[in-house]
Amino acid sequence: MRRRAALGLAAVFAVVAAAALALAGAPAGSQEPGGGAPSAERGRVLFQDSCSSCHGLDARGVRGRGPSLRGVGEQSADFYLRTGRMPLDQPDDQPMRTKPQFSDDDIRSLVAYVGSFGGPVIPEVHPERGSLSTGLREFTENCAGCHQVVGEGGITGQGVAPDLAPVSPVDVAEAVHIGPYVMPRFSKELDQHEIDSIARYVQYTKHPQDEGGWGLGHVGPIPEGMVAWLLAGAVLLLVIRLIGERASG
Amino acid sequence: MRRLAVWLILAWAWLFGRRKPEEEKREPGKEGPAARVEFDVGSTRRLENVVIVVLLLTAAAGIAFAVLYVAYPDTQLLGATLGGALAALALAAVVAGKRLVPQETAIEEREGFGDPDEREQVGELLTEAGEGVSRRGLLLGAAGTAGAGLGVALAFPLASLGPNVDDEVRRTPWRAGRRVVDSKGEPITADRIEPGMFLTGFPEGASRQELGASIVIVQVPLDELELPPERMAGAPEGIVAYSKICTHAACAVSMYRHPKYEPTAPRAALVCPCHYSTFDVAKGAEVIFGPAARPLPQLPLRVGARRELICAGGYSGQIGPSYPGVRKQ
Repeated sequence: MRRRAALGLAAVFAVVAAAALALAGAPAGSQEPGGGAPSAERGRVLFQDSCSSCHGLDARGVRGRGPSLRGVGEQSADFYLRTGRMPLDQPDDQPMRTKPQFSDDDIRSLVAYVGSFGGPVIPEVHPERGSLSTGLREFTENCAGCHQVVGEGGITGQGVAPDLAPVSPVDVAEAVHIGPYVMPRFSKELDQHEIDSIARYVQYTKHPQDEGGWGLGHVGPIPEGMVAWLLAGAVLLLVIRLIGERASG
Repeated sequence: MRRLAVWLILAWAWLFGRRKPEEEKREPGKEGPAARVEFDVGSTRRLENVVIVVLLLTAAAGIAFAVLYVAYPDTQLLGATLGGALAALALAAVVAGKRLVPQETAIEEREGFGDPDEREQVGELLTEAGEGVSRRGLLLGAAGTAGAGLGVALAFPLASLGPNVDDEVRRTPWRAGRRVVDSKGEPITADRIEPGMFLTGFPEGASRQELGASIVIVQVPLDELELPPERMAGAPEGIVAYSKICTHAACAVSMYRHPKYEPTAPRAALVCPCHYSTFDVAKGAEVIFGPAARPLPQLPLRVGARRELICAGGYSGQIGPSYPGVRKQ
């Protein structure tokens, strides 16, 4: 009797969960107001559907949940939406890179809507004009403290500095200007050439030349030390064996 | 790399596999004291020379370490000389142990224990053991020299624990009136910084190698800044500078977290990448997380006529790492 009740309860939960999932998935690009072309008007509708619970119906923010988006410009909207950082499940979560929740056209519409309040546009970046050595120097000085020198990412006191393997040059330029989540802003500190150079260096770190031979995942001295100990240990055992042998003469 | 691993495995197999058959050929009980290894006087003398030279090399490397430690303390060379000394000592010990001291296989038979003849033979064996080494005094002298050289090398690092460290920690190149420059040597102006940014500054025209030289500059909106009242003047427009050297283990505090939207993200703080000591920039860099025991000392600033940042005095506390004596300061 009890068992049947438990099963029934489980079935109810499953149905509710499926319904919730279906509802949650619905706003993500299924509605096509005003035809298919990206526009600020279509963006406004999408915004009210998917963003307004934290950022407010008029994008002025909701105290304690999400900041005002007036004046953040196309730059921020493009960065957060295209990298899948927004929308968040919980306002207190750290925005992390995931699969984008909206289609490209929807993202363009939302970007146009947020951009209609003014603010910086999507920055231009030309990695091919940058210099790899300048990029390495500026990256080491400004970025490597958190993102690690070949962009593997890391932890920075209550925040995760993401791995830079999946980022595009535009992502780099946007992040440098915006300073997402707890990342500082570098827009005043770095000029266009330096940003181009950093973007070029970040592209390089995806397939760095491993001068020493083994890359070992580029995660730093601890695994490198472990491998060194392992190899040195084998060699030491050989030496001990040789020393311990009797002289044949 | 893979080739190296294969090579290691082959070497291993060869070393451990090759001795077995030889040992099996022997018949137990049939080898008496006669199976002793004969001395080869000619080669012994040459081997003694080798051992002496290697022992002297040990001494030379040890003394080279001591000299380098004082004259040119390059860590690579220090490591090479000290490692070389120890390796040479090991080589001398191996050669002496394997080749110089006579090796023998002696099987003592149970019967006849206490037989005067056998005793005589044992006595003979013992005297023979020393005969293989012809220049005992010279060898012992060389070993003594090696020991002394290595001892000198090992005594020198003790100097690192001496009072020299104290001076370095108490000295700073900052003087009131000295301008703050960036890593390229250009003066940092108050307009180059805004909340959410952080900059690293150095004293103009002074050494950047000194522990007290580097500072980290952030801007905190004045209504959020909670410094002790006497230190507020050193933070014009909320621009506040702290020593960049962590008060825990002297790493460079090179991470700054600044929330985009404060209610949903952690407070603005400087974070040390070594052990995650976290310093609240708005509250005089007090420690909010991690092993550091004291806040980062603040360097008072003022804004000059051309908006450049200028040092306005000394640090608010002891810079550098914590160790007995400054930990609670």
